[in-house]
Amino acid sequence: MAGLAITLGSGAMTNSISDIHDADVMLVIGSNTTESHPVLSLQMKAGVRKNGAKLILIDPRKIELAQFAHLHLRHTPGTDVALINALAQVILAEGLHDQKFIDDRTEGFEAFCEAVRDWTPERAALITGVPAEDIRKAARLYGNAKSAAIFWAMGITQHTTGTDNVKSLANLALLTGNFGRPGTGTNPLRGQNNVQGACDMGGLPNVFPGYQSVIDDGCRRRFAEGWHVPYEKLSPNPGLTVTEIMDAALKGTVKGIFIMGENPMLSDPNLSHVEEALREVDFLAVQDIFLNETAEFADIILPAVSFAEKVGTVTNTERRVQLTRKALDPIGNAQADWEILIKLANSFGAGWHYENPAEIFDEMAKLTPQYQGMSHERLESGGIQWPCPSPDHPGTRILHTEKFTRGLGLFSPVDYIPPAEEPDEEYPLILSTGRVLFHWHGGTLTRRSPGLDELAPYPEVEIHPEDAAQLGIGDNDSVKVHSRRGVISARARLTDRSSPGIIFLTFHYAEAPANLLTSSAVDPIAKIPEYKVSAVRLEPGMDTDQE
Amino acid sequence: MVQADRVIETTCPFCGVGCQMDLHIKDEQIFRVSGCFNNEVNFGNLCVKGRFGYDFVHAPDRLTEPLMRDSRKEPFKSTSWNKALKIVATRLRKIRDQDGPNSVAILTSAKCTNEENYLLQKFARAVIGTNNVDHCARL
Repeated sequence: MAGLAITLGSGAMTNSISDIHDADVMLVIGSNTTESHPVLSLQMKAGVRKNGAKLILIDPRKIELAQFAHLHLRHTPGTDVALINALAQVILAEGLHDQKFIDDRTEGFEAFCEAVRDWTPERAALITGVPAEDIRKAARLYGNAKSAAIFWAMGITQHTTGTDNVKSLANLALLTGNFGRPGTGTNPLRGQNNVQGACDMGGLPNVFPGYQSVIDDGCRRRFAEGWHVPYEKLSPNPGLTVTEIMDAALKGTVKGIFIMGENPMLSDPNLSHVEEALREVDFLAVQDIFLNETAEFADIILPAVSFAEKVGTVTNTERRVQLTRKALDPIGNAQADWEILIKLANSFGAGWHYENPAEIFDEMAKLTPQYQGMSHERLESGGIQWPCPSPDHPGTRILHTEKFTRGLGLFSPVDYIPPAEEPDEEYPLILSTGRVLFHWHGGTLTRRSPGLDELAPYPEVEIHPEDAAQLGIGDNDSVKVHSRRGVISARARLTDRSSPGIIFLTFHYAEAPANLLTSSAVDPIAKIPEYKVSAVRLEPGMDTDQE
Repeated sequence: MVQADRVIETTCPFCGVGCQMDLHIKDEQIFRVSGCFNNEVNFGNLCVKGRFGYDFVHAPDRLTEPLMRDSRKEPFKSTSWNKALKIVATRLRKIRDQDGPNSVAILTSAKCTNEENYLLQKFARAVIGTNNVDHCARL
């Protein structure tokens, strides 16, 4: 969410789930909402069906949401910036921008105008494959709306240009004044149940809780005081990201890794590289509820509990902090992650004393401005959206109503940069990865639910019938997918959901891990890997491989 | 109809929407899940995972004991919590003392609670002394 932090000052969904249906126009890009955020997609569907909102879908695949869309632009994966710049070009050329909003609340407008001036729909059409006339129609729909909201997910961020993609979407909303009111804003839909919270809590190499920078002297002093540790103990140097940690482990500079509730052996890019890295470290400890693919490499495994066996809070995609309550006792000798961590710290002599998660929350809230006014006691009567600065503050449904977190909204000129890996003669197809409705992430949870696994029991690769015909591949045939990094087997699913030249795989299946194929090329700022574009080739597989 | 021993309102553990739901417990098993209406998130709705995806909680292969091994070539064997925690602390401390705090790296979790993420990054920064702490937000 680095793109929004730069342009607006706050990297989170600006609006709320409950005001989605207030939008006149919804622009959904790089989000397969009905499968990845099914219950939130109900609000989008209701907006279209009940309130007459217009939906612009920008997605290479003909996903379910296409049935609700007034306009579906199917661009080539990795060409988002070209398309969005062209939308802005049309809005400017046809005078659909909000000059008053631009004058009052933004900066950098001139440089931005300069940067998009030459991005005519005709030029973008050559790069994106979207007809120029459709680009004009989309720009007019969005530009003329009284209130227009933009939604995206990993389809925007999992690119080497992910930060640029986000900035260009923020530009579009700044240009049309679509901030601070119901049914507007820039709305990244977060994947995991607590990815927003893990970021808010400082589970990032450059910030303490509440996005307080580790390089800022004042922040380090505040946390040293709050944690009762010497100021010198807190490092002023930003640490390594997941991808960099794996590189450092291979080089031998990172020697010990402690992993809580994550499975990089399925979710990280270029898995063979991760495997080498995990083999290389001197010591690997894993804390989880299952012996997952990553734990296979561990020296020691600590058994944690599921969500149903512990108390705590999680923060959803609209910044709403909600309670997770204990419904069951821990299974076997497993212990809640928070209890394990207290014992671990105390075996280092840290002297931590917390009776329960509510006390941990209180300490965190004192040091985290966005959470300052919250407590477990308050959350008992319902979730609260941050920022919530004081105990009598009701929480914040819409960000940036009067001014942006950073003051003025910043236009950021961005130019189109092609994906790191483009199709060539040897690997002529584009592979994009994502999810299906019935499974979750690495499948550790949902593949253990027989009812769900029965609905999507084996990995399928979506192939356009034209590509399949050329290669002599039939529906349900076993096929091999090759990239420069590896090869996996899956069943062919012939469908026009994907365009010719583009195939699609999910990353739910350990037996066919899509991330053996993906490249570890990352966005230079957000360090997010480019999961949505890898060059691959297909080969009919032996059917016996599947049995 | 089966009568629940207790019904606990909680937050769905799958995606970032954070649907509010009731877990219906009978004989220490989740046997039914229903959506809650008293909120502005899911308005009573749940998706197929949120309603039916909880067999994993009671899966027979849940980890129930700390596991350890002396070398990666050996199979895991059960051990006590005391011993397991002592090994983690001793090994991490040794690496930190020999090669500096930045030779240790920590991954927190987008599937754990705020309290747990807070504690683990505090552990990395205030106990180990490194900012090598990240999670799979990017993935």
